[in-house]
Amino acid sequence: MNRTAPASTLISEAAAFPFAITARGLVKHFGEVKALDGIDLDVPRGMIFAVLGPNGAGKTTLIRTLATLTRADAGTATLMGHDLASDPHGVRSEIALTGQFASLDEDLTGRENLIMLARLWGFKGRAASDRADELLAAFELSDAARKQVKSYSGGMRRRLDIAASLVVTPGVLFLDEPTTGLDPSARQGVWRMIRQLAAAGVTILLTTQYLDEADQLAARIAVIDKGRKIAEGTSRELKAQIGSGFLHVAPADPANLDRAAALLEKLLGNTVHHNAEGGQLSVIAGSSKTANQALSALIDAGIELSDFSMGSPSLDEVFFALRGEATDDASSKDAAQ
Amino acid sequence: MSEISAKTIKIARPPQPSALSNALVFGWRAVLKFRHVPEQMFDLVMTPIMFTLLFTFVFGGALAGSPDDYLQFLLPGILVQTVVFNSVYSGMGLSTDLSKGLFERFRSLPIWSLAPFAGLMVGDVLRHFIAGLIILTIGLILGYRPEGGIVGVAGAFLLLFTIGFGVGWIFLVLGLLIRSPMTVMTFGFTLIMPLTFASNIMVRPETMPGWLEAFVVRNPVTHMATAIRGLMNGTATMPDVLLALAAPVVLTLVLSPVTLWLYRRGN
Repeated sequence: MNRTAPASTLISEAAAFPFAITARGLVKHFGEVKALDGIDLDVPRGMIFAVLGPNGAGKTTLIRTLATLTRADAGTATLMGHDLASDPHGVRSEIALTGQFASLDEDLTGRENLIMLARLWGFKGRAASDRADELLAAFELSDAARKQVKSYSGGMRRRLDIAASLVVTPGVLFLDEPTTGLDPSARQGVWRMIRQLAAAGVTILLTTQYLDEADQLAARIAVIDKGRKIAEGTSRELKAQIGSGFLHVAPADPANLDRAAALLEKLLGNTVHHNAEGGQLSVIAGSSKTANQALSALIDAGIELSDFSMGSPSLDEVFFALRGEATDDASSKDAAQ
Repeated sequence: MSEISAKTIKIARPPQPSALSNALVFGWRAVLKFRHVPEQMFDLVMTPIMFTLLFTFVFGGALAGSPDDYLQFLLPGILVQTVVFNSVYSGMGLSTDLSKGLFERFRSLPIWSLAPFAGLMVGDVLRHFIAGLIILTIGLILGYRPEGGIVGVAGAFLLLFTIGFGVGWIFLVLGLLIRSPMTVMTFGFTLIMPLTFASNIMVRPETMPGWLEAFVVRNPVTHMATAIRGLMNGTATMPDVLLALAAPVVLTLVLSPVTLWLYRRGN
């Protein structure tokens, strides 16, 4: 399901600036906290690029810094060829930002919000209202166009917020956690729109704390934690980095989870991960032969399984494995000093 | 189901609009706000109407011999008080906008940095104008007679807008510093109440204890009320008006760059 948007119309521009975003060594402190601790980034044009990390990893600070809302303490970046520090106005003319909190005027109607932004971008009179109507139709908001935004549902707000970022074609669209707080069907709707935008040639940098979101949408993923990038690649590359031959088992009786985990760890000699929901265990089995042996050992021990499978690790496991490595690196560095 | 097509996305960019055009858009937003939230006007005019009625009829006889005479003294001062109080609401509005992330979008747009504030100012002038008209009308019904005639009243309103503009910067700065609209209001009124009461809006300073009188005659609000009173009575002198303008001019010169800096600095 990973998509790389077609470069199509942008080929000549792409030759001039192959990357929509390049960042080197971005650092941002908030008092004692290092929100960004030396981030490098190269985002090719026309791509959906995901920045994946837990709450407080520095995702929002990264987006705010690239969108000229926060000034970096160190490091450089260019967006569509404009230098972030010396030409913020140029950067602003190329970007659009949809933050975590709806940046809309709740008292105005959806249509008025879009007309206001269209006028700010320089559309005059009819052209501004036509552009607003066109976007409302594309984002399935025509029916609610003349209602105040305060009456909108979460999904409608998010769609209007994204539409508000597309009044003119942005060189880069920043989406900060575009589906946080949405119900599953609204989330699917936003995903569909993000894919359509990418297919239309918009470069998108999105942040997410959902592994499946990055996996589903992004052609490349940067994993960040505590302001540092701990891995980057396609989701396939990230999974490969952890190794293959994962065995996933789900005991029918959750009471057997710990006993099964202990048994698997003893048999296979590898660390057993509990998945996020807690009902499933995952462990590197190596070959299908050893996996089969492990399964029969579980059954011999009287642990009935409701589900089992062999496959590549989930992004969940990748993330925790990568975090583990990064923490190990850091602690060994600390030990060395 | 509709589709977001390349046609929707790939739209030719219009030429970059002027700073004035940006400011007018925000002015338009302020006008729309009036249409959608008419109840804000209720908050804004109820306090001054209550002040006018209560002071005129409860204290008027004691303070000036008769309610009619007192109204003649009080009404221009109430207009000043209204404009100053209104400015607090514009700071609250700004704080509300900021707490909802709306300004994040404005700040990431390639527009004139001060345009959103110009829009707030347009909204303020509208508020001052409507509230001023309502209070003047009530005054006229109660028997207030502006000796300065139409020219005097028009001059007084122009001066009121200037006062509102100048004082407004205080609350824009507060709105930018304080992210909770309620705190802006509480803090704003804590600042404004003593300044408007310890002035010559309601009572002549000569009747106050010496130390208070010394403060009152130096209070910028006193100068504002004196000038507005003079203009509406047709007795204003140029020094009156210039003294009333001093505080708004100083506030604008000092606080507009502070506002811009706070707005641009991010976190």
